[in-house]
Amino acid sequence: MLPIIFVMPVVQLLVLSFAATFDVKTITVTVVDNSNSPESQRMITELSASGYFEIVSYSASMQEADESMLRGDAQMILGIPSRFGRDLQRIGQGDVQIIINAEDGATAGIIQAYSTRIFASLGQKLRMEEGIIVSNPPVVIISEPRHWYNPGFRYTTYMVPGILVVLVTMIGMFLSSMNVVREKEIGTIEQLNVTPIKKHQFIVGKLLPFWLLALVELAIGLVIARIVFDLPMVGSLFLVFGVAGVYLIVMLGIGLWISTMTNTQQQAMFIAWFFVVIFILLSGLFTPVESMPLWAQQVNRLNPIAYFIDVMRRVMLTGAGLVDVLPQVVSLVVFAVVVISLAVRRHRKVVS
Amino acid sequence: MSVIHVDKLTRRFGAFTAVDAISFTVSEGEVFGFLGANGAGKTTAIRMLTGLLAPTEGVAIVAGFDVAQHPDQVKRTIGYMSQRFSLYEDLTVRENIRFYGGIYGLSDVRIQAKTGELLDKLDLHGAAGYRISSLPLGWRQKLAFSIALLHEPRIVFLDEPTGGVDPITRRQFWEMINAEASTGTTVFVTTHYMDEAEYCDRVSIMVDGKIEALDSPSSLKEQFRADSMNDVFVRLARGGLSAEVSA
Amino acid sequence: MSTFLGFIRKEFFHIFRDRRTLLILFGMPVVQLILFGYAIRNEINDVQVTIVDQSSDVVSTRLVQKILASPYFEAAEHRHYVGDIERGFRRGTIKEAIVIGPGFAERLQRDGHVTIQILTDATDPNTANTILSYTNAIVTDFARDYQPLAGDAALIIPETRMRFNPELKSVILFVPGLIALILMLVCALMTSITITREKEVGTMEILLVSPLRPSQIIIGKVLPYLALSFLNVVSILVLARFTFNVPVRGSVTLLLAECLLFIVCALALGILISTRTSSQQTAMMISLAGLLLPTVILSGFIFPISSMPDVLQYVSHIVPAKWFLRIIRGIMIKGVGIEYVWKETLILTGMTLAFLVISVRNFKIRL
Repeated sequence: MLPIIFVMPVVQLLVLSFAATFDVKTITVTVVDNSNSPESQRMITELSASGYFEIVSYSASMQEADESMLRGDAQMILGIPSRFGRDLQRIGQGDVQIIINAEDGATAGIIQAYSTRIFASLGQKLRMEEGIIVSNPPVVIISEPRHWYNPGFRYTTYMVPGILVVLVTMIGMFLSSMNVVREKEIGTIEQLNVTPIKKHQFIVGKLLPFWLLALVELAIGLVIARIVFDLPMVGSLFLVFGVAGVYLIVMLGIGLWISTMTNTQQQAMFIAWFFVVIFILLSGLFTPVESMPLWAQQVNRLNPIAYFIDVMRRVMLTGAGLVDVLPQVVSLVVFAVVVISLAVRRHRKVVS
Repeated sequence: MSVIHVDKLTRRFGAFTAVDAISFTVSEGEVFGFLGANGAGKTTAIRMLTGLLAPTEGVAIVAGFDVAQHPDQVKRTIGYMSQRFSLYEDLTVRENIRFYGGIYGLSDVRIQAKTGELLDKLDLHGAAGYRISSLPLGWRQKLAFSIALLHEPRIVFLDEPTGGVDPITRRQFWEMINAEASTGTTVFVTTHYMDEAEYCDRVSIMVDGKIEALDSPSSLKEQFRADSMNDVFVRLARGGLSAEVSA
Repeated sequence: MSTFLGFIRKEFFHIFRDRRTLLILFGMPVVQLILFGYAIRNEINDVQVTIVDQSSDVVSTRLVQKILASPYFEAAEHRHYVGDIERGFRRGTIKEAIVIGPGFAERLQRDGHVTIQILTDATDPNTANTILSYTNAIVTDFARDYQPLAGDAALIIPETRMRFNPELKSVILFVPGLIALILMLVCALMTSITITREKEVGTMEILLVSPLRPSQIIIGKVLPYLALSFLNVVSILVLARFTFNVPVRGSVTLLLAECLLFIVCALALGILISTRTSSQQTAMMISLAGLLLPTVILSGFIFPISSMPDVLQYVSHIVPAKWFLRIIRGIMIKGVGIEYVWKETLILTGMTLAFLVISVRNFKIRL
């Protein structure tokens, strides 16, 4: 059991953090260069020099390029018409055709953003170098972006706090619910009931080890996050553990409640799995909560995982203090009180 | 006439010999008790006789078929009931009968007739539509035994059939076994309740993979100058232990 | 034959009498489909933005209005000044802040260019990236409108087309993954559990002693799950088609045939697990950790494999769902035929055969 409790989370943390990334790294491109001019060469060089794009092939025709996309070899097609070089020389502008494989809409959006940016800056460069003078020059609004908290756009920085939440949740919910059901299955719970131990003592005694275990797990996870993923801890560590403590009470309560409803470990596992999957999908771990429809956002008001992920990210990455996360913390405290009292009441009824 | 003929049957697992050259015969209509402590090699022996496990050496002929060469023919002619009663808890009484009748290739008409017969015999008509999980343990056990006999096998193997059952039900169960044997079915039964050995025609006692004694209960008691089969067993087991120590 | 049919009927009794499991079996796909169809989106709308306009002249006001009029942006409730933008980020009330310095209209008129500051909360890099692109597009557009007669600033004009999924709907990407996940769940997890249950309860022994051949026992046990999972696939496809407009552009026959191949692969895995374990608990743990997790994480279901570190990309090669996803995404979304996915199909077939051989061999050894 011990290896499962300690080794599994570490492995999961590492694999999940490395795998769970929407980071767009190398975009494979096939080029149809009908222009074959210095300008088109320049553009291709510029594209591959950006680091985001890799020219995997040159296609003779758009049809051939399309085949390449159908086979999955190229994610993007850059089509340069034959008049491109001439147009640039003569009228100071030329158009190119970009076709992006949009199966994955999010990635497609990013690819578009990158390519547009590269073409725009190449345009500027060409203008300066070639000294192309446009009569009646256009006004320019230059946007000066600053990306706070994660300027290197590292995806792990975003994901790891959320993954830590998932791991802690697994411990809190699965282990606690299965442990109590196991006592039922084996029959030791009857044994405990005939001893003078009080019900609340039983519950505290049962849940406290998992509560501590999960917090230790969180500590180990944070250390790994620091060493392996170079994750910052801008806010207060104390606040992180404080909120985690409250959050765990909620999840342990849910675990206990599930155990009162089920008779076998298998049932407990299935039900816990069912809830956790839905909670995680809605929590904003993978996709921003703001993009969800209103009803999903409303459901999230009852989703402890969503609150905790939000708090973890903001405290760890932006340095939010207690005041900044107060609404979330208050909700978690309310959940904790409600869930634990419901679970304990139901547990008493079932047992006696 | 013998229906089980075993000659120097041996099974090894690596360096460990679970069954060590056992030989015996069982006659038609006999209730043959196969006794021994846990780990003595009973289960391995019974698995070889039922065609579940190939012997390393030796021969076992069951109902005229060599188990090593024709395990499929053997399977058709025997019935089997294991220590856990082996009925499907989420199926009803009738569905269980139907299912087991089906896997032994009984026709629907046969199954219908057999089901009525069986429910009559066990007086279970009222419970035919109940799931097994709602029946008391004693009923399940009798039902499991009757189902093992559904296809009228020549030999029925019972592996620890009375585990965890109260004494009264156990006695009733043995009455069923003896009644079945009187119709000519051979019963091969393993148990570790020594008092049950008294119900058997002949008993073999296995210690550490070998058959240490084989005779009718009364001759065995005489031979070992014991009051009960339990005493016989205790003496045998001690003998086995001292032999091991001296070796 | 009737022996065999009786066996299968029994198996269906087992499935239909376990109401809770049945509910999860059929409820889970529907719930997940709804979540993936409606709630889990990568698209970005209604970004909470605060605009600090220090000019407040006619032109800057028009720019502010233009930004807020777009469907992507929404003004944050609380209006910020420069010094407390950070608080907004920390509270999570804003994702972007745009600062327009003093004298916007004047500078634009006089110098022909002006700089504005765009601050994003980059904790989520992709959102930050997308927000920046949207903002840039709006601002560029504004500049062009401001001076319609000017020559075009952009030298290279990319004309972008989004192939296969012009609306960039994420549900189109997720449905194939969902099918793979459900098939793994029903075929591998459920069969491994049901076979180990027979072992645990002791009925497996009775079956083995009966005249049924081991192959008949196994086929009898898995056939109902094959039928159920096939039903599951068809219902997911129908639901996805009519509720979320997820197309099947290629051949439906080919698609179903490939699904069948994957089902057999998953069943073989389930059998393999059950030959190696003797308790339902262990079977479940192995299935969850060894099959379901990789199917979610390493198959490209949610996260693109090409973005992962090399080690994980290598590991992903042995995940059957990865190949299956490539095949059915090809058929459903790209509308390709077997000539484009034969390689993947071959790999999947090879894997299936290997799993079958290993599990059959294992099953015999266990006798």
